[in-house]
Amino acid sequence: MQVPIDTFRLPNGLFVTLSEDHTAPLVAVNLWYHVGSANERAGRTGFAHLFEHMLFQGSANVAANEHFELVQRAGGTLNGSTWLDRTNYFETVPSNQLALALWLEADRMGRLLPAMTQQKLDTQRDVVKNERRWSVDNQPYGTWWEKLPALAFPSDHPFHHSLIGSMEDLSEASLEDVAQFFATYYTPDNAVLSIAGDFEPGEARRLVEEYFGAIPRGANRPPLPPMDLPPTFGDWRREVVADAVMLPRLYLAFRSPVFGSTDYYAASVTGAILGMRRGSRLHRTLVRERQIASEATAFTFDLPKGSDLLVVDVTARPGVEAETLEREVTTEIDALQADGVDSAEVERAVALIETDFVASMQAAGERADKLSLFATYFGDPRLLNEQVSLYRAMTPDRVNAFIRSRLGPDNRVSLLYVPREEGTESEEAAALAVTGV
Amino acid sequence: MSVADAVSRPTPGPSRAYQFPVFERLTLGNRLDLIVAPVSKLPIATVVALVDAGAAADPPGQEGAALLTARALAEGTERSDGAQLAERFERLGTALDSSADWDSATARITVTTERLPAALALLAEVVRAPNFPGREVERLRQERLAELLQQRAEPRGLADDMFGKFVYAAGSRYALPDGGSESTVESVDRVAVRAFYEEHYSPNSTTVIVVGDITVDQARTLVTDTFGSWAGRSVRPVAVVDRPAATTRIVHVVGKPDAPQSELRVGHVGVPRLHPEYFSIVVMNAILGGLFSSRINLNLREAHAYTYGAFSSFDWRRAAGPFSVSTAVRSDVTDAAVREILLEIDKLRDAGVTDAELTLATSYLDGVFPIRFESTTAIANALASLVSYGLPDDYFDTYRSRIRSVTAEHVLQAARAHLRPDELQIVAVGDPADVRAALEQLSVGPVVTYDAEGRPAS
Repeated sequence: MQVPIDTFRLPNGLFVTLSEDHTAPLVAVNLWYHVGSANERAGRTGFAHLFEHMLFQGSANVAANEHFELVQRAGGTLNGSTWLDRTNYFETVPSNQLALALWLEADRMGRLLPAMTQQKLDTQRDVVKNERRWSVDNQPYGTWWEKLPALAFPSDHPFHHSLIGSMEDLSEASLEDVAQFFATYYTPDNAVLSIAGDFEPGEARRLVEEYFGAIPRGANRPPLPPMDLPPTFGDWRREVVADAVMLPRLYLAFRSPVFGSTDYYAASVTGAILGMRRGSRLHRTLVRERQIASEATAFTFDLPKGSDLLVVDVTARPGVEAETLEREVTTEIDALQADGVDSAEVERAVALIETDFVASMQAAGERADKLSLFATYFGDPRLLNEQVSLYRAMTPDRVNAFIRSRLGPDNRVSLLYVPREEGTESEEAAALAVTGV
Repeated sequence: MSVADAVSRPTPGPSRAYQFPVFERLTLGNRLDLIVAPVSKLPIATVVALVDAGAAADPPGQEGAALLTARALAEGTERSDGAQLAERFERLGTALDSSADWDSATARITVTTERLPAALALLAEVVRAPNFPGREVERLRQERLAELLQQRAEPRGLADDMFGKFVYAAGSRYALPDGGSESTVESVDRVAVRAFYEEHYSPNSTTVIVVGDITVDQARTLVTDTFGSWAGRSVRPVAVVDRPAATTRIVHVVGKPDAPQSELRVGHVGVPRLHPEYFSIVVMNAILGGLFSSRINLNLREAHAYTYGAFSSFDWRRAAGPFSVSTAVRSDVTDAAVREILLEIDKLRDAGVTDAELTLATSYLDGVFPIRFESTTAIANALASLVSYGLPDDYFDTYRSRIRSVTAEHVLQAARAHLRPDELQIVAVGDPADVRAALEQLSVGPVVTYDAEGRPAS
């Protein structure tokens, strides 16, 4: 399967990728800004995400909440999302509405600030605080999203701090912060625009030039501090979290090769061997055979700088103690490290990954998002078409080389969630231990 | 041109025609139905075996049997045990997703076209001849009990389950979760699963839906080869009691001590899927709480910042599923949020909707239609809903014009007929110490407090 890909760059630095597909009268517009929580300054955790909310509050020629209304009235779907190192905004619209989607994105890239008010900021701050309560504070295990990166990255590393942000830092965010963040990061030379679906390339290019062409380049964008990390943690850092949960759960993470590197694919395949679907190792051994777990999965964060993380996520069966869960998972990982994987396991994993990839490429929005991803991270959207062969090139030898070097006890962090006892505070029950090896 | 000068807001050109994928319906000699929709965008296909064996068919006292039966399909056949079946599917790059909703059981695979014949044979093997090993059924039962245990600490799922319990009369299947409750799942053993399968899984209760890069003839041959010799007896459909638990407004506080938010569900028994006013109700709900720019979301999120999001829905089932408003709000505004939800419902019934609201909803639902069917999975699921609800074959071809024909008067009628403020059950999963007194002061109905298992608290 090959997706057609064309690219061009505007004089102001905006990089544009196009992928035609005329099977249905719809088109996806997808914009990646190369900024995420990693770019936040001290005392402003959560700001990149709060800022994403502000981008739906109108711009010079778009009233508050009109962005959503215009796209939905046009028959389109839309949203945005914030990650450690990027923020994306996307619409899928009927193909005759391409101009509207591009115009809306251009108006907020070029002319956001005239629409910003203190009241809008205060409202979205409260909305985001509710989002934090909903996704982190009032969800079982919800704090893993911030506890795991905090444990896995050094305190001065850009990936260490909370993406959703602390309530205190959210309270501190000001309109001056909005203006400064916008001027610094929301510039055409720090963005990738992808268009996928039913469009005419000449017309699309004309619209992009007309709407985005006059937006000036940015200046003085501060570089991120050094991101590089040693390939392993050097020890096994463990944190026990007493929380309002009914069953123990273990998150066990390993430093792994950055997304896009050759060895990343070995890590990704290892994740699928361990925890993708019911035929995976952890499901077979811990859920099916020994019945000490009720769920078991594994995945990578897909971080392209510093270090990626391979994470194993296993929930105990009722009646199984946290210590038993941790011991049994560790036994499985140790066995994997000692004995390696065989070709059948690699083939199973690659076959599943390939089907998922092909299935995901059916949606124009997903195509556009992946084009933006490869263009933003590596300057080359055509890498999209190489993914399947990069996975197919994985052999047991290459996967085992990764496993030997990265899954040992010298490269682990773990978060062990345990049900909070009645009457004890989480701080009292929590313990932090560092195990040298 | 300076940055401050925007080019003017664009207007759309003419829209390009769209047709929902053309599909063909066939019936095999054993009365198994087959639907094929050739879609050749990518070398991939989705197959759904849809069986008239949903949770509505659970025997009383064994609620959860339909879900466990569907989940256990791939746990063993004469040829392979569960681990081997998982391996056989996954070596083909697919995995069986088998589950049951209220009205149907589904076993679904998505696979690259070259591996479709082998994957379809495997799908037929598990649907036609599962042997439900006792050890594996017991394990799945324990896993379902683990889900229910987790639910006690998970406010969203807990609110949904409690809402069903407070809206539907005791004895209605809808009063219990579709996967059953702790007490009923206890009774779903291997014998119960086996019996449920024997009673409800049969070629004449099954439709195989094939969507993807394949011709009708190829699909017919493949499905005939794999499902054609399946023999089974006739299966009768079942009816569900959808009576309400109460006809007066009651506030139910389900205790989750120290919760920083309250999960709210506000609603009552809705209407069956085949209701003649379906399209009016869909448009009415979009305006009330179905869209981001709906009244409820703009009020609770954008005007008051009580929440990250608030929406309303009619849960469509063969019998009358619930209408509900759902949101999670900061604990100290629980009463205010309930008041605003009730106000929005009253306002819609009193004064109807503006033209701008009506056209926003209808042009969204009309325009987004092609975007809903970009994948073989989405198309197969849509065709499954056609079969499950007994909708006509031209349903998707007429959908958009029927949406466009809904008027403000239809919306007002639908709101007055199908939103019943006096019968709303108001469920708040939160910290009683924070919310109970305020909800009592709100005076919208008697306030009853429960623990996380739904037992009235003293």
